[in-house]
Amino acid sequence: MENQNIILAIETSCDETAASIIRNGSEIVSNVVSSQIESQTRFGGVVPEVASRHHVEKISLVIEKALKDANLEPQDLDAVAVTEGPGLVGALLIGINAAKAFAFAHGLPIIGVHHIAGHIYANALVQNMEFPVLALVVSGGHTELVLMKEHGHFEVIGETRDDAAGEAYDKVARVLNLPYPGGPHIDRLAHSASEGVEFPRAWLDNSYDFSFSGLKSAVINYKHNLEQRGEDIVPGMVAKGFQDSVVEVLTTKTVRAAREFQVKQVIAAGGVSANKGLRNSLEQAFQKEGIPFYVPPLNLCTDNAAMIGAAGSYMYQAGIRGNMSMNGNPGLDLKSWSI
Amino acid sequence: MIWLGIDTSNTPLSVAIVNDGLIIAEIVQDTKLTHSVTAMPTIEELFEKVKMKPNEIDAIAVSEGPGSYTGIRIGVTIAKTLAWTLKKPLIGISSLKVVAANANLFSGLICSLFDARRQNVYAGVYKGETLETVLEEHHSGIKELLQQLKEYNDPVLFVGLDVSKFEEEIRNELGEKALFASKNIQLPRASKLIELAMRESLPSIEDVHSFVPKYHRLAQAEAEWMKGQKKG
Ligand SMILES: [Zn+2]
Repeated sequence: MENQNIILAIETSCDETAASIIRNGSEIVSNVVSSQIESQTRFGGVVPEVASRHHVEKISLVIEKALKDANLEPQDLDAVAVTEGPGLVGALLIGINAAKAFAFAHGLPIIGVHHIAGHIYANALVQNMEFPVLALVVSGGHTELVLMKEHGHFEVIGETRDDAAGEAYDKVARVLNLPYPGGPHIDRLAHSASEGVEFPRAWLDNSYDFSFSGLKSAVINYKHNLEQRGEDIVPGMVAKGFQDSVVEVLTTKTVRAAREFQVKQVIAAGGVSANKGLRNSLEQAFQKEGIPFYVPPLNLCTDNAAMIGAAGSYMYQAGIRGNMSMNGNPGLDLKSWSI
Repeated sequence: MIWLGIDTSNTPLSVAIVNDGLIIAEIVQDTKLTHSVTAMPTIEELFEKVKMKPNEIDAIAVSEGPGSYTGIRIGVTIAKTLAWTLKKPLIGISSLKVVAANANLFSGLICSLFDARRQNVYAGVYKGETLETVLEEHHSGIKELLQQLKEYNDPVLFVGLDVSKFEEEIRNELGEKALFASKNIQLPRASKLIELAMRESLPSIEDVHSFVPKYHRLAQAEAEWMKGQKKG
């Protein structure tokens, strides 16, 4: 079945106001992201009320720019796709209500997209997906291993039991007095150090689940113990030790799952997949395994609407439609849409 | 000229289509369901009722706040998106004034108020048929508001769904001077919103992008950050 459609996609689940036009599920015609990072850095994290206020200020401008950059009119579109969840509910509601109003104004169908399905489908924008696919989704809110046997089929085979990987990065960054968001700073520091502090790895037996809260506590205890002895920590060594632990667990479990399910492709998705340490480790491991491994380019790893458009395009093709009573769902499950 | 009006600033929902000052259809409801679920289906229903297409309207009016942060944002987001994509002018009217407009034949002062929690309110005070502003819309303690109202000689009619929560306090402070309206006058009506919007001059359609809600309050994190900056 040939996927022929043009989708307007909108994403506002956290602190990026984003809109994009996607042709046939794989071609980015336009991709606009308005970031609030400058505003949110003041608070050391994303404040939901502030995020919602920014979204309502920017939403119509961002959608207009996506259409202008694409040189398209509303009547050229086939559907509007929008992130339905998970995410910050107040933030989701801005994108959803803008999407519904736009769809209503032009008589277009509306499609609600799961944010994580979006992250995974970011790969469809750069690479043909060959099933079965194993996706490692790592972001500020997620750490999941997802097995896909075909388009629209998701099976979560492992997930974090406590903190998300990105969350652990942010918390450890705070311990090291690094600015928000902490991920890139820890990654950079870790690369500057030749030796890391030895921190534990949470293997959780044979499960594909993850746990990062113990590691986070180990970092805090380490700093505390040194301070008690009147010694200073070497931030680079702590960053490297922490990152090595996270990366080793993520890589080892992903490799094991790829073998067990005999996948044809492994993809990394989500903001933390931009992390150099993690990228290198996964690349090397899968080169050895002889399994193709892909990470989308940086601007498609972090939150964006192009990925929502890619997933939305496949949903459109599968006949999935939402309606005007669509609500924001902060705890939306990753449901399969294929039959 | 055909107007679409939208008010989702508190728990009630009202939408209307008005042609040259005459209501073609209006929906007023207070179902306590979230506007995120009900607002767009109700607007869709309204257009179906009047057998009109979205692009047949000439202008949009929306209650711009104050009220529930999420509620205001849903109405403003819908109004802003429709206005931008249909290329129609958008006018925002104070949601307090919209409720006050239900009582604009009253000869004394009209005090419109919404609960802002912890003994605080959003309030505006108006007078006369044209709702001339006596006290600008603002956020304050109920005590401070009542002290201010004591200084006027006119009787004060209180309107707004949350008035009953403060009735005792109001009576204690203002005594005979305080008057209370019947319950259904407390619900915002989009036709009244449009009536108020029609008195304003139409802004250019380029202004739609910069339209923002009027919260009358900073986000808490923002307020604390500003406090920190001052101390700093
Ligand atoms: Zn994300």
